[in-house]
This record gives sequence, structure tokens and C-alpha cells, in this order.
Amino acid sequence: MTNFPVEKIRADFPILAELIRNKPLVYLDNAASCQKPQAVIDSIVHLYSHDYANVHRGVHTLSVRSTDKFEGARTKVKDFINAASEKEIIFVRGATEAINLVAQTYGKANIKAGDEILITAMEHHSNIVPWQMLCEQTGAILKVAPINLQGELIYDEFEKLISDKTKLVSVVHMSNALGTINPVKDIIAAAHAKNIPVLLDGAQAIPHMAVDVQDLDCDFYVFSGHKLYAPSGIGVLYGKQALLEAMPPYQGGGDMIRKVTFEETEYNVLPYKFEAGTPNIADVVGLGAAIDYLNAIGMDKIAAYEAELLDYATEKAQQIKGLRIIGEAGHKGAILAFVLDRIHPHDIGTMLDSLGIAIRAGHHCAMPVMDFFEVPATARASFAMYNTKEEIDVLMKGIQSLIEVFG
Amino acid sequence: MFDDLRDLYQEVIFDHNRNPRNFRVMDNADRKVEGFNPLCGDRLTLYLKMDGNTITDASFQGSGCAISTASVSLMTEIVKGKTEQEAEDLFKKFHEMTTGKDEQINLEAVGKLAVLAGVREYPARVKCATLAWHTLDAALKNEQKSISTE
Ligand SMILES: Cc1ncc(COP(=O)(O)O)c(C=O)c1O
Repeated sequence: MTNFPVEKIRADFPILAELIRNKPLVYLDNAASCQKPQAVIDSIVHLYSHDYANVHRGVHTLSVRSTDKFEGARTKVKDFINAASEKEIIFVRGATEAINLVAQTYGKANIKAGDEILITAMEHHSNIVPWQMLCEQTGAILKVAPINLQGELIYDEFEKLISDKTKLVSVVHMSNALGTINPVKDIIAAAHAKNIPVLLDGAQAIPHMAVDVQDLDCDFYVFSGHKLYAPSGIGVLYGKQALLEAMPPYQGGGDMIRKVTFEETEYNVLPYKFEAGTPNIADVVGLGAAIDYLNAIGMDKIAAYEAELLDYATEKAQQIKGLRIIGEAGHKGAILAFVLDRIHPHDIGTMLDSLGIAIRAGHHCAMPVMDFFEVPATARASFAMYNTKEEIDVLMKGIQSLIEVFG
Repeated sequence: MFDDLRDLYQEVIFDHNRNPRNFRVMDNADRKVEGFNPLCGDRLTLYLKMDGNTITDASFQGSGCAISTASVSLMTEIVKGKTEQEAEDLFKKFHEMTTGKDEQINLEAVGKLAVLAGVREYPARVKCATLAWHTLDAALKNEQKSISTE
């Protein structure tokens, strides 16, 4: 393949040397969570070993060092997604918390009974349930734009669903169940033509492509660190500054205030207004280290390499009799979801595990997608920059063999 | 190639998966209960025909993995002719076999259900095997509703 340094990258991920059931690990569950490079692991060890204290609170040396690292990571995130300012980068637990934050602050302040929130039929539960909760609280209505049998958004239908009542559009950038990459620029332009803000769920897109929030012109962008080679428990809400300024705070507590008396509280400036309490300091630092690591490789190179992996895997999968790919969008990220005739995905998952191959079997937190394709579940191989063609061969050989065993 | 899995996927399991027994709707059922495992999407409907407290017929419909299909298929065979109490006792022994400690396990007591003992080594799959029995339990307690293993 195009001289992508995959062997060098693999050597940076200690877990890839693990033996699973006495066989070399073939880790193809990256859409659920990615493995971590040594640099990320070391950054956390180093912080706790040398620089750790609470942030934003003390004048002592360690607090200053810890704060510098923490805020330095915020700048890295800002640059990574090309936000205009650090004020637009809010640290949260993950994509899920970010969406809930927007629903409970922006949503509660701006969305009223009879208003509409528009999503698509391929959303992860985390981009469905927070809006259903908001609808329950406010009397707003959730509208769902349909998908076709390739797993693509039916764009015309989506456009038709944008109305004067629509107050927010919230769509997945890249689907975790199907791999589909949505035409987000068109979506954003169409929504903005009616002054409707757009939230992009970037949980899957972020590890696979360069994301530029100013170029996209999205109003909110959310993602989780753990799918970006960073630790679990940390994620990002990007919001345009003017929107964030106008939003009420999310949780109350320390760090998010400027002045507190028993009569009134003055909220802190952005981004701290949305970061109540002691933050997840170490994992923020780990996220910064992951971004450094990715920048050194280059997101465009990663995207090109993964596209080759996906093409290779798709071609091989299509040759297997009885295998049906779920999600065949023209524009797709490195996810191969499939079902096999008369073999349940859970059996596929267990059988492949016995060969050291980790895939996901289930509904992938997208039950409406399963209903649409009339399958109870799918098997999903999801690729990362450290996967190889040889691993895909191991996967395909495993699938062939288990089909034989099931007979 | 799948040598490690021989304990889990015994030939009997493949056989019941390919040709599930008592796989039909029962129009005159006395009990009908749905079982659902939200984790994997397995769904089954269990039908029972009762004579007093004796199960005279059992059948099912639904889709699931090989373990869950084989488990419910075997169950419908084995509970026919059993009283409610006998079926509940068997459930208890089956439950011990799939989740219990080694010393509690009595493979003879469960007869041909012993082929499912292998799931003990696969915690992620235990629920596949027990869904059928939880559904039966609900049917015997006459809970005419959906049951879920979660
Ligand atoms: C598309 C998409 N959105 C949101 C999420 C939620 O991410 P998290 O569980 O890290 O909050 C996921 C994770 O699976 C996802 O794939």
C-alpha cells in the first residue's frame, strides 16, 4: 500500500502485541473504542509522576504546571478541529454528554412546544434520546429524515423536513452502524438558509478524517476522546462562541463561577462556564498527546490509508457467498457491517474471538437502523490506522471457516 | 480451526440451530410469553399447552443465535410432560449449570441440556442460553407480558 508507516504505528500500540486465545490480536472494534499509543499512556503517567495538581486554583508550582498542560491540550484540540478560539472548546465526558449539554442548555432556552428538532434515521442512540427527553420536557417534536437501502440519507426528504418550525438540526457526521458519511456541508447550508443551527455528531468521523469546524460552518461539533486514540472519559463540545455565550450554564459548581454570594452568582467566562467542578485533568492531557501523535502522522494520510483498507475489505467481503454488507453508501468511512445467511452475529462474534479477532456484534446503539434493515443485529468490523490488509485476510478466512462449520 | 470452541458449539447445538424442534405457532396455546434479549436483539415467543399443572405441549417462534435457538429448542422438547414444579426444578439446575460454581453442577440432572454447559466459560453468552428458561419461568408464573434478560 501507499507507503503508510503502518508497522511503525503498530509498534507504538503496546496492546497490539497481546495474544488473545493464543493468537495474535486482530483488533477490528475500533468504532466502539480505539487502542492507545504509548505516547498517550506515557503522557498520563508523566503527569501523575511529575506535574499533577488541581487546575486553575493554586499559585503553587504544580498547579501552574498542571494548568499549563491542561490548557495546552485545549489549544491542541482547538487547532486540531480549527476552531476560532479556545473559548469554543468545552471539555466533557464524551459525545453523549456533549449532546445532552446542548439539549439541556441551548435546547431548553430556545426550543418550545410545537418546535421541531430534525435528526436522521441513522443516528446513534446518543443523538436520539437526549432530544426525546427535551421534547418530553418542552413539547417539541422530533423529526427523522429517512435513509435508503444503501444506508444513505435521502437528502431531498431531509430538505423537505426543514421547516419554519425547525429549531435545531442534529446529524451524525459518520454513522457508526453503517459507515455512511453524510453530506454535512449541504445539510449545514440548507439549515443555515433558514437560520437553523446544526450540531454534528463527530464521534466516528473525528478519527478518520481532517475536521475543520470553520470550513464546515457547523454550530456545534461533538466527539469522544476514546475513539481518537485518547483515554475514555474525556470528550469535546465545540460550539460557536456567540451561541455558547448566549446559552445558560449546564451544571453549577466550582470553576464555572466568577463570583458567588448567597444572593446571586456571576458565571465564569467561556469555556469555564460549562466546566463545573474539577475536570478530568489527566485524560485531557492524554487527549492532547493523542492529537500530537495524529498530527505527526497526518489526518489526510490516515484517511487515504483507511480508504484503501475499506476498499480491500469490501472487495473481499463481496466474494463471500451468503454475506450481505449492511451500509453501502457511496461516501463511507472505514466500517464494514455485515450479516451472514442463517448465522447470528453473536455466533460470528464468538467464533471470530476464538481466532483472536475482535469485532462487534449487536445493534451498535442504533436500534432504529437495525429495524430499518430488518436485522436483529449486525457484525461489524471497524478499521483504524493500525490495521493491515493481512489482518483483513485473517478476518475473511475466519468468516469463510465459520460459514463452513455452521454448514 | 475452531478447536477452542468445541465445548461451546457442540454438534447437537448446530443440529438444533439448523433444525429447531417445535418451531411453530401454537394456535390454542394456554400460555404465550415473549422473551427479549436487548443486548443482542434475540426475540422469541414461547407457547405452552397445559393440562392442569402439566405441560402437554411447548413450541416457539423467533430468531436468535445458535446458542439461544438450540437452548429453546431443547427446552421445548424436555419440558413436555413435565409438571410446573418439575420444569421449575429443571430451570434451577440449568441455571446452576450455566452460572454456578463447579461443585454445584450436576450434569446428569439436566440430561441432554448438558450440551449447553460450555456457555459457563463465555460470560457474554450465558444470557443467550438462559433466555428460553427465563421466558418459560414467566410463562409458568402466568406473566402474560414480555420478559427481558436485562
Ligand atoms: C456516532 C456516535 N455518536 C455518539 C457516540 C457516543 O459516544 P460516547 O459513548 O463516547 O459518548 C458514539 C459511540 O459509540 C457514536 O458512534
